[in-house]
Amino acid sequence: MKNSSPETQESAVTFENMNGAYKLSVLKSMLRIRMVEEEIAKRYPQGKMRCPTHLSVGQECVPAVIGTLLSESDLAVSTHRAHAHYLAKGGDLKAMLAEIYGKQSGCCKGRGGSMHLIDEKVGFKGSTAIVGNTIPIGVGLALSQKLRGKNDITVVFLGDGAIEEGVFYEAANFAVVKKLPVLFVCENNLYSVYSPLKVRQPQGRKICDIASTIGLHSQEGDGNIVAETHRVLTTAIDVCRQGQSATFVELHTYRWREHCGPHYDNDIGYRSEAEFLAWKERDPIELYKTQLYKAKILDAEKLQVMIRQLETEIQDAFQFAETSPYPPSEQAYSPVFAQGVNINIAEVANG
Amino acid sequence: MGERSLTFAQAINEAMHLAMEKDPEVLCYGLGVDDPKRIFGTTKGLQEAFGEERVFDMPTSENGMLGIGIGAALNDMKPVMVHQRLDFFLLAMDQLVNAAAKWFYMFGGQRSVPITIRLMLGRGWGQGPTHSQNLQAWFAHIPGLKVVMPATAADAKGLLLASIFDPNPVVFLEHRWLHHQEGNVPAGWQDDVLGKAKVLRTGTDITLVAISYQVVEALRAAEVLQSVGISAEVIDLRTVQPIDWATIEASIAKTGRVLALDTGALTCSVSAEIVARSAEKQFSLLKTAPARIAMPDFPEPTSYGLTKSFHPDARNIVTQACKMCCVTEIEKALNSLTVPEHHDVPGEWFKGPF
Ligand SMILES: Cc1ncc(C[n+]2csc(CCOP(=O)(O)OP(=O)(O)O)c2C)c(N)n1
Ligand SMILES: [Mg+2]
Repeated sequence: MKNSSPETQESAVTFENMNGAYKLSVLKSMLRIRMVEEEIAKRYPQGKMRCPTHLSVGQECVPAVIGTLLSESDLAVSTHRAHAHYLAKGGDLKAMLAEIYGKQSGCCKGRGGSMHLIDEKVGFKGSTAIVGNTIPIGVGLALSQKLRGKNDITVVFLGDGAIEEGVFYEAANFAVVKKLPVLFVCENNLYSVYSPLKVRQPQGRKICDIASTIGLHSQEGDGNIVAETHRVLTTAIDVCRQGQSATFVELHTYRWREHCGPHYDNDIGYRSEAEFLAWKERDPIELYKTQLYKAKILDAEKLQVMIRQLETEIQDAFQFAETSPYPPSEQAYSPVFAQGVNINIAEVANG
Repeated sequence: MGERSLTFAQAINEAMHLAMEKDPEVLCYGLGVDDPKRIFGTTKGLQEAFGEERVFDMPTSENGMLGIGIGAALNDMKPVMVHQRLDFFLLAMDQLVNAAAKWFYMFGGQRSVPITIRLMLGRGWGQGPTHSQNLQAWFAHIPGLKVVMPATAADAKGLLLASIFDPNPVVFLEHRWLHHQEGNVPAGWQDDVLGKAKVLRTGTDITLVAISYQVVEALRAAEVLQSVGISAEVIDLRTVQPIDWATIEASIAKTGRVLALDTGALTCSVSAEIVARSAEKQFSLLKTAPARIAMPDFPEPTSYGLTKSFHPDARNIVTQACKMCCVTEIEKALNSLTVPEHHDVPGEWFKGPF
């Protein structure tokens, strides 16, 4: 999370003239996501994380950058593939891992698993497992932000597959009509499960163009390049925060591991090893590291320190998750309804 | 025709091949029908045999794509739509309920909608609140829909063929824990009818009416009940809309006791319907209050810890049946039931993630 207030974010602030500390913080966030996901992949076959799990390895750039551009009062919702979004928004790592392990200390007390993450403290309002499910919910959050007259925005993370759900058009249309402060961040990784884009959407038509035709302020960019992702996102966030328009960004990227689960699956035939290797050449972290080395912002020692810090944090968090107890089985039968009356008297009295 | 042992998934696959061979207007589509996993093997070889025009992947657009299937069906095609989880199909409830279920009746019986919708019911390995819903009662509540829930490999094949060639919309529910189960399946074409239950085991003391995966548990329970002197009759309902009341009523008339077993949540369930009907129609024949075992009225949580006793199984059936038959040797009966090492997998071979 960025510490400075959102007001200091000007569109004139380009990535190039951001300071070194900021640039390193983006790297650290990317590395953190990568290392967490890789550790999950490594441990998953032990059979202790017993839930469907979708990793974001290869897609770290977009979440890491946007995480530095939002404030805590901004909100976010996401999808089945949400670990990176949750972490970038400032979500508690320990609570996420404990949730994947099904533990009492998990962010949903073990009820949701990997596909259902939440951290209300940092405005991560929930990720859900049904494609498209959180798209209108994010728009609703933005509606409430607008009605309250605050300067906050809501980010809706979605994939290229979710664009195919009717609810995207319904929600985007309303967001445009009402000029809601919502930013749709579409990570186009070319696939929905094993289905390539070409069997789902016409070739040559761009997702960002659909969004712009609907009336959203829309841009696209290379989601594996930090500077470009930063440029596209700062513009979108500015437009959104100033209340000019609901916004959309399409960022091109690639998932390295299988759709669901810890393994690589380039051998099963839905995509080629060559395609994967070409994307791996464009590893967002390696590309960014090279750039930082060149600019003399990063050196081998700084990198080592960063990695060691992250390793300690991540190992601790896994230790926490693995040693936390399961919720007692009776807790499955805790109430499905909230209690009480849902009126905030003070707010009503104050108008 | 000879019989061979096939898995439930292979039997579905065989039915699809037979249907598509027999009728060039049978289509098969859905997310992943032609992907490397082929919907747990159930759509294997279809695209190779019948081409990309009849067997195709689709956009993630459940409501629209169901409506498109309905349109094709109104022009005499026989689409088979597939979803890897029932939960994904919930987006299509408008087309299902307001169009498919209504068309024949609403337009004066001129055109029916011969579409089949295969939905998979998830369970275990942390499928959780939105990947494990058993909403057969929802569908059964809508006049105009047929709802099929096979439990054996042979029925998977026969009932799928019957569903595809039924002139009405059919929701065909496949429990994920049945796909790997093996059974004898007759080779070649298989004639079956929707709306007929099957007595899988005859008995005289209690009628167990089961659907889908609960049939497996009922048969395990019946075996154990035998050892404490209870003769249980097991009825595999096979279709929950329409329900074969004649078979159920004949059995209850013989045993005087009925225990309905469901894979869905208790309240307003299919099992509730069976209990209600037996109380209404056969009250004077009952020796004890009719009962039901179903899922608790809670979303299914993800955690291994929380699901430990979430799914009622043969143990619950044995306990309840003993009570209903006033047999006190419940412990003895339960002791002879093997308990799997992990409660959240259909077998130790299952290593996730889906
Ligand atoms: C309504 C619905 N349909 C299908 C699925 C199965 N499913 C889970 S993830 C997924 C892929 C979605 O692709 P995309 O939006 O591009 O996200 P990605 O997995 O690439 O991050 C699908 C189809 C689902 N969860 N919900
Ligand atoms: Mg995708």
